[in-house]
Amino acid sequence: MAQINLDCRNQNCPVPLVQVRKALKKAAIGDIIEVVGTHPASKKEIPMAVEAQGQELIEVKEQGKEWIIQIKKIKEA
Amino acid sequence: MAGKTTIVVHSGEMDKVLSAFIIANGSLSMGMEVSLYFTFWGLNRLKKGGLDKGPLSKMNMLGLGRRMIKGRMAKANVATLESMVKDFKELGGKIIACEMTMEVMGITKEQLRTDWIDEFGAVGTYVNEARKSDITLFI
Repeated sequence: MAQINLDCRNQNCPVPLVQVRKALKKAAIGDIIEVVGTHPASKKEIPMAVEAQGQELIEVKEQGKEWIIQIKKIKEA
Repeated sequence: MAGKTTIVVHSGEMDKVLSAFIIANGSLSMGMEVSLYFTFWGLNRLKKGGLDKGPLSKMNMLGLGRRMIKGRMAKANVATLESMVKDFKELGGKIIACEMTMEVMGITKEQLRTDWIDEFGAVGTYVNEARKSDITLFI
């Protein structure tokens, strides 16, 4: 089980979503993906994409202007 | 949930092609399949070196508006068309080039980015993709 860190700060639509999808494809089952970003819409859209793909959303938190989202890969993507 | 998005890219203007790729990459990111069917003016964007050569659909002002938008896009950290196509292909997106347009406009395969193109087809290919899709758009 590895943790994959993605830095999407200052990236705009649709890059954070695309980066999460790429990471989910590459990760092994059980891996945790932690993505940090600043693009406001992605904070709610990444959880939507995680749900659409049937992966597990661990948590969404905010630190000032940044948000951090943790995702667990639970099935093939 | 999986699903599929099929988009006809009829327009060659930069902003419209950009919209097509944003929606396409958004769909791929949701775990969907995507097919882009390039026809008419859209096909010019698949020419070698032609991807970001399209004018703006409004306020192009002989290229001035286009240059201004490109500058503002870079400032807002909007990905370039080049990197969007790279992501699109990496996530398994499919590109279909319209054979009839090639014939009408005298475009040969040698002039096109065949490394991006998965298939050459006609309207039947589009309809066959679209009938299996949840989202289909004409841009």
